[in-house]
Amino acid sequence: MMIPLSCYLILSGILFTCGVLGFLIKRNIITIFMSIELMLNGVNLSFVAFAAQWHALSGQIFVFFVMVVAAAEAAVGLAIIIAVYRTRETLNVDQVNLLKL
Amino acid sequence: MTQNPYLWLIPVLPLAGAAINGAFGRRSSKKAITTIALAFCGAAFLLALKIALGFSSAAAPYYFDLAPWIRAGNFQADFSFYLDQLSLVMLLVVTGVGFLIHIYSVGYMLDDDGYYRFMSYLNLFMFFMLTLVLAKNYLLMFIGWEGVGLASYLLIGFWFTKDSAAAAGKKAFIVNRIGDFGFLIALFLIIQHFGSLDFTRVFAAVQPLQPELAGTGLLTSIGLLLMVGAAGKSAQIPLYVWLPDAMEGPTPVSALIHAATMVTAGVYMVARSHVIFTHAPGALTVVAVIGTLTALFAATIGIAQTDIKKVLAYSTVSQLGYMFMACGVAAFSAGIFHLMTHAFFKGLLFLAAGSVIHGVGGEQDMRKMGGLRHYMPWTFWTMTIATFAIAGIPPLAGFFSKDEILWMAYISPHGSWAFWSIGVVTAFITSFYMFRLWFMTFFGEYRGRPVIHDVTHQSADAQAMHAKGDQHGHGHGEPHESPWVMLGPLVILAVLSFVGGWVNIHHRFDVFLSPVFSTHAAFSQLKALTTQEVAQIEARDRLELAFTVISVAAGFLGLLLAWLLYHKRRDLPGKIAANLGDFYRAVANKYYVDELYAALFVKPLLEGSTAILWKGVDQGVIDASVNNAAFSARHVSENVRHMQSGNLRSYAGWVAAGGAVLIAYMVWMGVR
Repeated sequence: MMIPLSCYLILSGILFTCGVLGFLIKRNIITIFMSIELMLNGVNLSFVAFAAQWHALSGQIFVFFVMVVAAAEAAVGLAIIIAVYRTRETLNVDQVNLLKL
Repeated sequence: MTQNPYLWLIPVLPLAGAAINGAFGRRSSKKAITTIALAFCGAAFLLALKIALGFSSAAAPYYFDLAPWIRAGNFQADFSFYLDQLSLVMLLVVTGVGFLIHIYSVGYMLDDDGYYRFMSYLNLFMFFMLTLVLAKNYLLMFIGWEGVGLASYLLIGFWFTKDSAAAAGKKAFIVNRIGDFGFLIALFLIIQHFGSLDFTRVFAAVQPLQPELAGTGLLTSIGLLLMVGAAGKSAQIPLYVWLPDAMEGPTPVSALIHAATMVTAGVYMVARSHVIFTHAPGALTVVAVIGTLTALFAATIGIAQTDIKKVLAYSTVSQLGYMFMACGVAAFSAGIFHLMTHAFFKGLLFLAAGSVIHGVGGEQDMRKMGGLRHYMPWTFWTMTIATFAIAGIPPLAGFFSKDEILWMAYISPHGSWAFWSIGVVTAFITSFYMFRLWFMTFFGEYRGRPVIHDVTHQSADAQAMHAKGDQHGHGHGEPHESPWVMLGPLVILAVLSFVGGWVNIHHRFDVFLSPVFSTHAAFSQLKALTTQEVAQIEARDRLELAFTVISVAAGFLGLLLAWLLYHKRRDLPGKIAANLGDFYRAVANKYYVDELYAALFVKPLLEGSTAILWKGVDQGVIDASVNNAAFSARHVSENVRHMQSGNLRSYAGWVAAGGAVLIAYMVWMGVR
């Protein structure tokens, strides 16, 4: 049984919206980071759904690229988070505000 | 025309001196500055002398094209130099008198803090003046013309910390701009109608044209506009007002620029453009009338001045008037002859006056001098020669040149008895005020206070005098003679003032200049004369002799009157002045011309500029638009800056909201 494309897209939209809301609402840097991953995966889902629908490989290749970038980003981001925690002893973004006027 | 590759060196040598002293003078010793300034100026003089010796027999002018400058279509103006008999006379006067005044300046200015600056400016002046004299086209001449104006401005305002000196420099510059405006328009007219500014080409184009006897036309306009320029530079009515104020400068400057050389540039320019003027009798008449009126007008002002340099300044204006009178009756060689002798005796008068001022500790008021012949005999005797020369007493230089001008003013086809009679009256007045100066300065008792070189001197030259007093240690309270470095040039100029007029015996000077002023071919009439013509010539000679006697008599009358009033009966001048009342006050106040100009031109211009240009255009339009642009930018920014809070999540919110708006728009418009 074929699950229609719209279902995938709705799920993708829900995932993305969850990511955006999490990004906006949460204060913990790690949670915000995970929200970004959620947004990326929402987008990935729509890519693969279209790829499957149209039998085109390029969508899947895009997803690989996004995953590579996300993995790299996760490595760098987590390193930054550790560094921030070591110097500031907090992960609350509202308190990491030295650049603010 | 023959090429002479050394021609360009003459102006460029002083420029090199000016550049070296200007760039390194602040750090070099005064000896080095003196050496450089004198060496480069002297080299120019020697080179001019060498060229002159090779030139005297040759009639063909020299020229040299140094470099191309402006080439636009058919129009062409290059850095090219030109030397004919007329420029040669000017060249020798400028370099010769200029070099003597350079030497004099060494003695006069050595102890001034700005010595290097002064010598550099003097050399710069020489460069521009020689460019003016040697130019082959009007444009290069104009460069020199403006350049000498610049040098004059710099040197009048040499002691720029004094308000009056700075103001006098500005006045000279601005009044000269008015004249230059006329000169420029004349040049534009020449370009438009003759397509060239080269002297030879323009004059060749003008030569075949008919003289504009009606008194109007192109050549007349060009002539009149050129005369406006000449009136500015040579201090003629109505633009003479800057020259007396220019006496704020150091005395060597007054001698070099404002007596001997620069102010005669106008005469030179008119003489150089003689082809244009002889084709425009109307313009010629205007030149003669302006010259004659200026001669008389300035001479009368000279009577009532008490500042020794102001008397000489008005005398210069008056003598320049004579030169224009000569040019105005188409007797150009007579004008140039007077220019030369005037450079000798007026340069000498100023230098001697400087020596007097030096001797009495910076005092310029003649009422506080007197009896100086006992204290400074060399200055006295040289000044005596100069005074007799300017008064037209034979056989000194001034007699020959002034007598020729007066004779030509009557006998020339463009002349008239009116020019002659005013000229004779002016000669009498000239003699009177010059001997007045002579008697007041050198005869009688010394009326000044003891010469103490303190800091309370008020005169223009006080600064230099003060420093000098320290060096020579003149604390004895009496006027003293100047050092030899100053007296040497005086003696040489005195000799020139004595014998300088002899060059025109048997019209040799006129004949020398005749290749330039081809109108004077009449001097070389070698054909056999009929008896009737002989009789005519004899009658003419008798008339000329009578005229000579009259003008010499006018000179002696002035001497006699000055002797009576300022030596024999010293109480009389005051009484006469009191009897004349308002008239005397008007003369003493220079006929209120400065006040009149201030009310007519300066004040309306100043107030108009303040109200319209400053408060209206500058503040109301330019400043306002710039300020408003800045204020509105600031206002907008103040509102927008609230977005940039530094709160990361609010930024993210803005991005998300923006994305939402974009998607909504695309969905709404159905964009795929």
